[in-house]
This record gives sequence, C-alpha cells and structure tokens, in this order.
Amino acid sequence: MPRRTRLRKVVAPPEFKGYKPYGTNKESQEYIELLYEEYEAIKLADYDLMNHKEASELMGVSRATFARIYESARRKIAQAFVETKEIVTVYGNSWMDETWFLCSDCHARFTIPKTLEQEICPMCSSKQIESLNQK
Amino acid sequence: MSKTVITSLGNELTSQFDKRFGRAEWFCVFDSKTKETTFIKNEFVNSNHGAGTKVAELMFELKADKIISGDFGPKAKELLEELNIQMVIIQDSTSIQEIVKRIVV
Repeated sequence: MPRRTRLRKVVAPPEFKGYKPYGTNKESQEYIELLYEEYEAIKLADYDLMNHKEASELMGVSRATFARIYESARRKIAQAFVETKEIVTVYGNSWMDETWFLCSDCHARFTIPKTLEQEICPMCSSKQIESLNQK
Repeated sequence: MSKTVITSLGNELTSQFDKRFGRAEWFCVFDSKTKETTFIKNEFVNSNHGAGTKVAELMFELKADKIISGDFGPKAKELLEELNIQMVIIQDSTSIQEIVKRIVV
C-alpha cells in the first residue's frame, strides 16, 4: 500500500473557476482538471519567481514532490492548449492556510481574523460573502 | 476606532493605489475615528530580502486593523494572520481617495 498523499499548503486559491478557449470550431465539452496545488506551484515558480527549494518549503512538501506537482501542472496546461480543452480548477490534495472570503457585490477578497465577530465585507459592508475554501 | 492601511504609489489622496504590499511605495493610514489620513514612506521598498515581513511588523507597530492591497506575499500573509490583522485584496486600478470613500459608509 502506498503512503498517503501529504496535503499541500496553498496560500490562496485561484481567483477563477476555470479557463475556456475561444475562436475554435471545436464544440467539445472536455476539460482538464487543474488542482489547486498545481496552480499554486505555477504561481510560486513562475510568477513569484521562487526557486523550487523555497517553494516546496512553503507548500510543506519535499523539493522532489514540488517538482512533480509543477511538472504535472505544466503538462496539463500544455495539453489544454494543444487539444483546445477547457481548464477547470479543482481542490486536489491541498489545504488553505487561511480562510479567504469573497464579496459577491464588490468582488473584494479578504480574511476575517479571529478577533473580528461580524462577517461583512470590509470594502462595502455587504453581507453577501462566500467562503472561497469550500466548493 | 479602527485604522486602515492602504498601499499607495504616492503621498497624496489622488495617488494611485499600489497593488504590492511589501514593496509598495507609500502607505496611507486612514483613521476611521478622526477621518484623518497620514502617509508613510515605505523604507523597505528596495530591501533585498524580507520586505513583506518587515512591513508586516510595521503594520503591527502602527496598530493597523485592516490592510488593503493588491496581493500579499506568503510570509507577510502568515505574519499578519498571527497578528490578527485583516487583509483585503482588491484588483481595481483606482485612487486612494476612491478607496477611502468606499470604506467610509
């Protein structure tokens, strides 16, 4: 029996639910599932320009595991591009280090510290907020 | 009652909102009690290492309750979370004035 998959720490989930190709004649419903940890790996390595060692420590996995997640992410994106498939983000084996909320009215993202009791949007005081960590 | 810090590109109310946190040019501190704004220059903007952490510590010294910025680095996020400071992420390209107007309701 293989060892259990360790949960990968994701700082913040992606702000989108997916990507869709346009300008294609292909009417396909097929999609590729990009895991949150794969999105995070791409973000840390190619957007925040961290090296794999730093990034792996941040996500709480070994450097080798990080490299595998990153490779899998790149391959999925490449496959989606070449085969004109949609990309859908799914939870995967990750956990968030903080609960992020999204305001449905003004689209601000924010955290609610323990010391705060009311759950309203800090930008527009709207009560229409949703947690980004549950799907 | 509460202090809000907004990351800013300049030191005036008409300045643009800065989407960086650790390497923001200026910080606008808005006091919701006195309705006053003060601007503080970010001394860590050109530091080679750990700007986010140092700025997060500065926020604690300023007794900020809420920070409005475009993104928070992983280390800053961790520290601010521990300090119970609320983080707010907005992606709008707007001025400090507009943001202040939005939070004063």
